[in-house]
Amino acid sequence: MSFLLLGLSLIFVLIPLILSKTLNLGLEKDAVVATIRAIIQLLAVGYIIQFVFDAENFFYIFLMVVLIIGAAVQNARKKGVSIQGITWKLIVTFVFIEVLTQGILLGLNITPATAQYIIPISGMVIGNSMVLSILFLNRFTSEIESREAETELILSLGGTPKQAIHRPLISSIQASTIPTIESQKTIGLVQLPGMMSGQIIAGADPLQAVMFQLLIIFLLLTTAVVTSAMLGFLSYPTLFNERMQLLKPEKQ
Amino acid sequence: MSRDTQAAIQFSHVHYQSGDTKILNDITGWFPKNHITTLVGPSGAGKTTLFRLCNGLISPDSGEIYIDDQKISSYEPVTLRRKVGIALQQAVMVPGTVRKNLALPVELQGEELPEETAKEMIRLVGLDERFLDRNAKDLSGGQRQKVSIARTLVMKPEILLLDEITSSLDRVSQQEIEELIIRINETYQTTIMWITHNLKQALSIGEYTWVMMDGELVETGESSLLKDPQNPRVQTFVKGESE
Repeated sequence: MSFLLLGLSLIFVLIPLILSKTLNLGLEKDAVVATIRAIIQLLAVGYIIQFVFDAENFFYIFLMVVLIIGAAVQNARKKGVSIQGITWKLIVTFVFIEVLTQGILLGLNITPATAQYIIPISGMVIGNSMVLSILFLNRFTSEIESREAETELILSLGGTPKQAIHRPLISSIQASTIPTIESQKTIGLVQLPGMMSGQIIAGADPLQAVMFQLLIIFLLLTTAVVTSAMLGFLSYPTLFNERMQLLKPEKQ
Repeated sequence: MSRDTQAAIQFSHVHYQSGDTKILNDITGWFPKNHITTLVGPSGAGKTTLFRLCNGLISPDSGEIYIDDQKISSYEPVTLRRKVGIALQQAVMVPGTVRKNLALPVELQGEELPEETAKEMIRLVGLDERFLDRNAKDLSGGQRQKVSIARTLVMKPEILLLDEITSSLDRVSQQEIEELIIRINETYQTTIMWITHNLKQALSIGEYTWVMMDGELVETGESSLLKDPQNPRVQTFVKGESE
């Protein structure tokens, strides 16, 4: 695809802008900013990835993964500011997810140890983990608030923090993983996944594209459950002090 | 209050604040062992906070609290909370049956509640055994309160803190719970502290009374003090409540 043809595809940005203006939706500014950011970020990433692919140097691959994790942490931490040390908890979670998934993929020779595979797969896995973290943190903080009376009831009856937080924690883990599991149930029926579609458009064998897509689906399932569970179990102890008291924001 | 009586809970210059708001200001006093003491005072006086301190759900910013002459901070939190049971006004229930709610304190210790104990507890609070299989969310306000008290009693606490447990109940349920609390006190020698807005109730069931206002303990003694308070602020409060 040439830059001229890509420029023509901006028609798809103009349509929502015109609609927003006509219907007074107030989306113009956000839509323009999002489009400009997407163009700059993706083009930059394109050039960087091209450079890393050509270099075939493990250090550059490592650096790219660190950048991906850093950006994901920066984005997700805003949703968990009420949880002490959330930045480190997110870093530990994302690093663990990356090591777990790449360890299995490379260790079992499922994918080759090249930048072409490691970087895009890491991007998808960490990106999904970031979305899951945001969903989990949103749900967990609201569950803690809405179930504060129940949590304190269990503490007041001699329960431990783990027992007291059990229901909000499990419910948050379940709620944050539901979208991943539900979307996987209808995959291929309602929509063709983006990565698979991209490969087919680029001329890849459809069966190969499907097989890679299935690999990603399996990875994302692991990512979803491990991210929520890990973040949950890392986060809940910071909600209590050593006297097994539920900390309120003003007392934290 | 005569110091011949032993103290179940003692407060020494206790302060507590939430954010910038002072909730308790220099509380010094004591609750006698094996007796019923009522706490009265306007809303926002710090009564519930005082109970939460006693159960260890929060800790004072300064000052000391002693339970049976032992610093509260020296108790293991779980041991303290099972010694000092608390039943709150909201009577929060966990989802499930009444049986599940009654079993909660025991299950938290990894044990099971014997069926006989469940039946004994539900009968003790004046409810029929068939209630054990009812869903807790279908209970009326009075029934929830009774289940909440029974659930706290399952732990066999030595000290029982009751936070406005009858304020939303009709006269009959109120009287049933008053009789129940007196019976528990007489049967098990349980030390009972009861927050109430109802001065008549404070006079009739409490042997001793604390009057709290704006986070301070302003008057304390035998409940009859409510008939003839010495402190001018308490006089105004009692007059306002009686009208």
